[in-house]
Amino acid sequence: MSKPKGFEKPTGVRDYLPHVVSKLRYIEENVLQSMSQWGYRQIITPTLEYYDTVGVASSTSDRKLYKMLNNRGTTMVLRSDMTTPIARVMGSLLKEEPRPIRLAYHANVFRSIEEEAGREAEFFQTGAELVGVDSPEGDAEVIALAISSLQAAGVQNFKISLGHVGFLSGLLEEALPGQAHEQEALKDRLLNRDFVGFREQLSAFSLSAEQRAELEGLLRLRGAQDICRQALEISSNPQAQASIRHLCQVWDVLEAYDISEYVMIDLTMIGNFSYYTGMVFEGYAAELGSPICSGGRYDNLLAQFGRDVVATGFALKTNRILDGVQLPLPEPEKPVLILYEDSRRRDAFAHAADLRKLGKMVVTEYAADVEQASATLADYQEIVHFVNDK
Amino acid sequence: MSQILKVAMPKGRIYKKAAELFRQAGIPIPTDVDDSRKLIVELPEAGMEFILAKPVDVPIYVEHGVADIGIVGKDVLMEENRDVYELLDLGIARCRMSVIALPDWQPGIQQRVATKYPNVASQYFRERGQQVEVIKLNGSIELAPMIGLADRIVDMVETGQTLRENGLVEMEELFGITSRLIANRVSYRMKSEEIQQLCDQLQKVIQPPAASETQEIG
Repeated sequence: MSKPKGFEKPTGVRDYLPHVVSKLRYIEENVLQSMSQWGYRQIITPTLEYYDTVGVASSTSDRKLYKMLNNRGTTMVLRSDMTTPIARVMGSLLKEEPRPIRLAYHANVFRSIEEEAGREAEFFQTGAELVGVDSPEGDAEVIALAISSLQAAGVQNFKISLGHVGFLSGLLEEALPGQAHEQEALKDRLLNRDFVGFREQLSAFSLSAEQRAELEGLLRLRGAQDICRQALEISSNPQAQASIRHLCQVWDVLEAYDISEYVMIDLTMIGNFSYYTGMVFEGYAAELGSPICSGGRYDNLLAQFGRDVVATGFALKTNRILDGVQLPLPEPEKPVLILYEDSRRRDAFAHAADLRKLGKMVVTEYAADVEQASATLADYQEIVHFVNDK
Repeated sequence: MSQILKVAMPKGRIYKKAAELFRQAGIPIPTDVDDSRKLIVELPEAGMEFILAKPVDVPIYVEHGVADIGIVGKDVLMEENRDVYELLDLGIARCRMSVIALPDWQPGIQQRVATKYPNVASQYFRERGQQVEVIKLNGSIELAPMIGLADRIVDMVETGQTLRENGLVEMEELFGITSRLIANRVSYRMKSEEIQQLCDQLQKVIQPPAASETQEIG
């Protein structure tokens, strides 16, 4: 690659100009406020972590991690999510903290990307983690908080899809007992959203017509609570049954929160198996081509940091909301302009200080610096002159 | 109320077959759209809007969500590797991806492969432990072995007519190709009813592969 021109910056990172920052702050403040009302307290962790700890434990694939060497030759990573650093804190600084623990964050995270427009290398995530609650109540609380956060951010039209990784695992174990390789092949197809390949794989295995119909039927298991009942009939595998009963219970709690209208059950949605261990969910907004939030239960992550407790969490893809969603932003406040000259400088500043105490935004300008023409009333709420008439 | 589906349709070879399949499935697509030069065609009776795109761009429109669903060949999907749902094998525009060479081809020291599908070709040879140099061409791939630019090519074969006329032979088949129905990740959820209904309608009229071809799948 040729030497960059002066105005260029690396692909995937961006500058945020004032009008965008005010929208970002609006989202951030409202969402964090909402989380704090649910008792989730904010945490900040470092941007840099060790590759061998947070880097290895994170769900981000190795080639998407930004890696670098420090002055001692140790491999470092830029954090690729907040869940893993928080797990590290749980296993160290908060090791003795009694459960449950509720934490919230808003932070920039980094992913090394293919060089193409629309994929970001640095972006913001606003999220929460609930540590130490094993029950459907905990799962539902996190979903409810995600919905409340999307509403606080100002997203109007959205849906949450809810699935469970245990259902598919159980279903496959029943159909192809002990055939880990075949099960993996089918999971891969679903993970890659390749339903055609999934059906092709199924017909390549020696399955009874009934079993094949059951597994193909999986692709249609999307909808409201009745999907749970259908799914219970499909499989008698204990793991699949337990997963579905768990989802039914989560659904009941969501109904008590009065938010089940936002949620649909989708048993084709399975998330990353090496990471999630229970229910998984994703949020979608009508205006946007990719999900605006995702989360789930990850019971094995904290054990890697020496504290074997269960956890559920989610993160909003704050940048996507920022770019793609119309938000009910308040009209930006216009400042008061005070023009002054040498002899009345003290009065001008005193007046500005008084107005600022009242909560007004005040700009002071030395009159000789300002071309009178540019100081039009349109840019300011009011113009006050501390200038002696000639 | 049912929502309008934005459909990215591939211009050219596949379009007419896809439109015909839609008609068989009972979706009213007027035939005058087939030869129109318009890029965006509203089809209110069908509850759709067609976006007519270059075939290789269809998965890009769908991935970014400017189209809800799209129709595209498996060759393009394999090459582009986009994050979209692959919902249905439509069974149309059936052909195959193959390695092609002159009949007297012998593995040389430095092997060169010319193709329109550099990702597909690289992956195929890597999986077989062969290190080859891949040259991307944009058309008339058959020329490459004939004039000595490459010793083999990877390309789509439909009838094999072009190969025979130019004295080339198919060495190996990589995979079979048909057109697929793909969907955007969010549309698949936000417009799930419309998309499921379309899938069900199409599934009824999709032709299964001819008996001689079935064993190649998988």
